[in-house]
Amino acid sequence: MKGRVVRVAAGQGFWGDWLEAPVRQVRGGPIDYLMMDYLAEVTMSIMQKQKSRDPAAGYARDFVPLMERILPDLVSRRIRVTSNAGGVNPRGCAEAVLQVARRLGLQGKVRVGLVSGDDILDRLDDLIARGHSLSDMETGRPLSQVRDKVLSANAYLGMAPIVEALGRGADVVITGRVTDTGLTLGPIFHEFGWSPDDWDKVAAGTVAGHIIECGAQASGGNLLKHWRAVKGLADPGFPIAEASPDGTFVITKHPGTGGVVSVASVTEQLVYEMGDPRSYITPDGVADFTTIGLAPAGRDRVRVSGIRGGPRTPSLKVSIAYFYGYKSVGTLVYAWPDAYAKAKAADKILRQRLAHLGLEFEQILTEFVGVDATHGRLAGPPDPELPEVQLRVGVRARERAPVERFTREIAPLVLTGPPSVTGFAGGRPAVEEVVAYWPALIDRREIEPHVRVDILEA
Amino acid sequence: MAKRTPSASRRPSTRAVQLRYVAHARSGDKGNTANVGLIALEPDYYTLLQREVTVARVARHFKGMVSGVERFELPNLGALNFLLHGALDGGGTISLKTDAQGKVYSTALLRMEIPVPVGLARRLLRAGT
Repeated sequence: MKGRVVRVAAGQGFWGDWLEAPVRQVRGGPIDYLMMDYLAEVTMSIMQKQKSRDPAAGYARDFVPLMERILPDLVSRRIRVTSNAGGVNPRGCAEAVLQVARRLGLQGKVRVGLVSGDDILDRLDDLIARGHSLSDMETGRPLSQVRDKVLSANAYLGMAPIVEALGRGADVVITGRVTDTGLTLGPIFHEFGWSPDDWDKVAAGTVAGHIIECGAQASGGNLLKHWRAVKGLADPGFPIAEASPDGTFVITKHPGTGGVVSVASVTEQLVYEMGDPRSYITPDGVADFTTIGLAPAGRDRVRVSGIRGGPRTPSLKVSIAYFYGYKSVGTLVYAWPDAYAKAKAADKILRQRLAHLGLEFEQILTEFVGVDATHGRLAGPPDPELPEVQLRVGVRARERAPVERFTREIAPLVLTGPPSVTGFAGGRPAVEEVVAYWPALIDRREIEPHVRVDILEA
Repeated sequence: MAKRTPSASRRPSTRAVQLRYVAHARSGDKGNTANVGLIALEPDYYTLLQREVTVARVARHFKGMVSGVERFELPNLGALNFLLHGALDGGGTISLKTDAQGKVYSTALLRMEIPVPVGLARRLLRAGT
């Protein structure tokens, strides 16, 4: 591996990202690894819900048809995949991919690495009984207060099982709750044989992972600086990290693709979801973002260097999802003249009716889209000649009934409220179940012995 | 909104300029906290941001919208990172807000005005965003 770079390409930045991206990453130029991140904070609970209805479900289903499209290319180009598409059922996901491989005639050519052990739902009572409070990191409340409502519980794993799976010859590594950054760290550490306690290297790989984990958000998508000058977003090039053995790397994208990789595009992604920049904590180590050096290195190339880091913490983060209650959002559009005044009057009437019905909500929130929905009072007073305003009212309750009743109070406003109202084509708003997120910490010694890597052959 | 800031009145050679002319930004969420990474549009502007975009001013700007503000410096990226606590009405899936994940708090901060030396202010406003 001396002197050569390892190219890790981002294929998906979230569950629901652009489906063409992974295909273009594989066919558009040289890459060594395709990294696909599917899991946001509450994704696991959605998957858990799907699995409770169908034991074969519980993973990112669109990963399978995607693999069907690209597996032959992956095999012929010797590109390997790391993905947390497995959700709460990595085995189901792995088996579906193996089936696809067989259907494509790739028997003996595809080895799937299956990572499990992150799921601690069945172990919660035991862990609590043995004194692990799993308190909410934000509020400090012990998990026992919502234990009966917990839907999923997964520890965030780092790169170790991915490095192991690649070392044992896996071509496609499928995991559950592995961190986004672990999906990039794994391939780089496997290729360069770095020690997992070389903290500066861990930090460098973590930063590489953080830059590419949201897909095109590092390569021109959602880029605010000179946004009009970003061209070709109909066909954006997703980011690629070219890691070097010295711990530096270059962020780039395939030639001929749209978007841009620049110091600005990389910086915007670096600060995305940032906390204390001196300690970006992952299961693998702690990266210091104040040491990151960025420099332009040619067209659509940014060199990243100088990154320092520190040792991993004794705890792992646990992502717990629990059932919270119900919510619904109803909208109506009021037209000029006096659009804003009409929308305000409608809101008042709606609230009076909800009060007369005796409905109790934890919260009622009114926003006027076009006036204050995104910036609140900072937007200043609206133009009196606004062509239209959308009234947007949301309610939330622990019980379903008041929310259900609320959804029937929107349509009547069309004929019983202020004039010049439209935009009610969608029917009555849906009642949504609210699944809330409960972040906690746990001693990593409770998790690591349970982590397993299986190699399955097509 | 064009009120003069105290330091602006002390230094008559400055002019209030919206942050959008000197910085770009991106924001995200962690629970009920939004973060805004404020990035100097040109490396030279970083010291201006560091001096003028104080915790106190940002807290005043977002008064009534957030419960607390923290600031971190990243001179290597020409950026400041702000944590806006209590900004998301519960955050995540609980929040009823359009911007439940704080995606556009970034541009809400860019509305803020800071005192900028008149010469630079004139150049910035001429160049636009």
